[in-house]
Amino acid sequence: MVEEIGTNEEGELVINMGPQHPATHGVLHLVVTLQGETIKKIEPHLGYIHRSIEKMCESLTYRQFSYVTSRMDYLSSHINNHACAMCVEKGLQVEVPPRAQVIRVMVDELTRIASHELWWGAMAMDLGAFTPFFHAFRERENINDIMEETCGARLTMNYIVPGGVMADIHPNFQKRVKSFIELFRSKIDEYDELVTGNIIFQNRMKGVGWISAEDVVSYGCTGPVARASGVHSDIRKLFPYEIYEKLQFNEILETGGDSFARYMVRMRELRESVHILEQLVDNIPEGEFQAKTKAVLKLPKGEFYQRVETARGELGVYIVSEGATTPYRIKFRSPGFANLSALDHIAAGGKLGDLVASMGTLDLVIPDIDR
Amino acid sequence: MTSEALKSTITALLPEAVFEEGGEWLALQLVPEQWRPLALQLRQHPELGFDFLFCVTCVDWKTHLSMVYHLRSTKLGHHLVVKVKLDRSNPAIETVSDIWRTAEFNEREAYEMFGVKFLHHPDLRLLILPDGWEGRNPMRKDFEDPVNMIKL
Repeated sequence: MVEEIGTNEEGELVINMGPQHPATHGVLHLVVTLQGETIKKIEPHLGYIHRSIEKMCESLTYRQFSYVTSRMDYLSSHINNHACAMCVEKGLQVEVPPRAQVIRVMVDELTRIASHELWWGAMAMDLGAFTPFFHAFRERENINDIMEETCGARLTMNYIVPGGVMADIHPNFQKRVKSFIELFRSKIDEYDELVTGNIIFQNRMKGVGWISAEDVVSYGCTGPVARASGVHSDIRKLFPYEIYEKLQFNEILETGGDSFARYMVRMRELRESVHILEQLVDNIPEGEFQAKTKAVLKLPKGEFYQRVETARGELGVYIVSEGATTPYRIKFRSPGFANLSALDHIAAGGKLGDLVASMGTLDLVIPDIDR
Repeated sequence: MTSEALKSTITALLPEAVFEEGGEWLALQLVPEQWRPLALQLRQHPELGFDFLFCVTCVDWKTHLSMVYHLRSTKLGHHLVVKVKLDRSNPAIETVSDIWRTAEFNEREAYEMFGVKFLHHPDLRLLILPDGWEGRNPMRKDFEDPVNMIKL
């Protein structure tokens, strides 16, 4: 903890960025060491929203524990629940009905769109453009409404449970998703017109916060951060789960490795997610939405690992079971944690003014990092 | 590379390696002294090429601690789980943060949560917990905090 703002022994300026800085979106505290305007070192101080979710899970049953995981990466709560449900299913060897699989993938992709939208709005706001934030939230609201109708919640859904989904989709679900797809297609073009093509915006991002493919792998970065440096890391393609194998979509790869490449990966992913939704919206199979499972779940003794692709990258759930109704040890390999660890490497040597662009394109969600 | 091929390649590097059966991926049990020399080999050996350390964690087994490293090769696509058994009263192991940079933060987390000392770590201090928590390791099974912990 730095008690005072001031210079250190080498004459470098040490400043605190956060935990209440508007660009850290949540409670991230960075201690930045500066030489003039150039960043020498960035030291993240974590823990402002640490709730020890892993410890909590040790006393929660396999039905209960996924509820707390909605509070990790709250922008990908469906996908967090999905990872937990699949890990438990792997242990129990439960077959999920096809209807549930399709519903799960659809809500996952809607979540991904909502998350990328929020990132896009906030990112543009960090760089000084205020309007995109309202545009992004306007469309995101539609997704929240769809979720509210089907899951009863707008942010922490807890809809995906071991064996399937908690309840069947609302009768309006397909109709509303269809009208959303139609609306959103034109909106992505509008986003590109509004922000992506803007020369001021491009100049602030191009060549800023560059990271090489080797460093991406070494730092364990995944998701759009890795794909922007040309590293194949889409779990939906590498280790397909549910019905992703049968779907047509592309893994978005850029080679720039800078902030603009990371920006472009997410913008292009929006279109891919819409494309996935289009393939599924009219093809939700009839049948059960949940497999029959016992009231009290007990995983056999052993270790189970399941990973999924959240909006931010690879989320891994590692369960060590001793055959009881609660996990003996649970570990969440969160994408934000690994992405944050590369921040010092990405931003050091750059200018303080560029830090916001580098950090914004890492798409950090602090509760996901602290857990 | 298949599990069998991995097994024989690793056995050639470390003849006393103990393998574990039954998991999704090939698992290996080591003592702390074996870890760092093998880690260098795993990273550099052209047929192994484990360049991605995707999960680092520790498990408290009450009698001992166990560090668990999940490795994947992004080029060759195979996986390996390495488990290192540590003494619970004085857990110490060499760092691998210079081999895989992601280990730096993950080891700091294991240090504060489980009290594992990572030898030659560049910056071993608390990461998530606030100052003053040194020596109290909340993720250990015998940790008690009657004020802040709610038992269900």
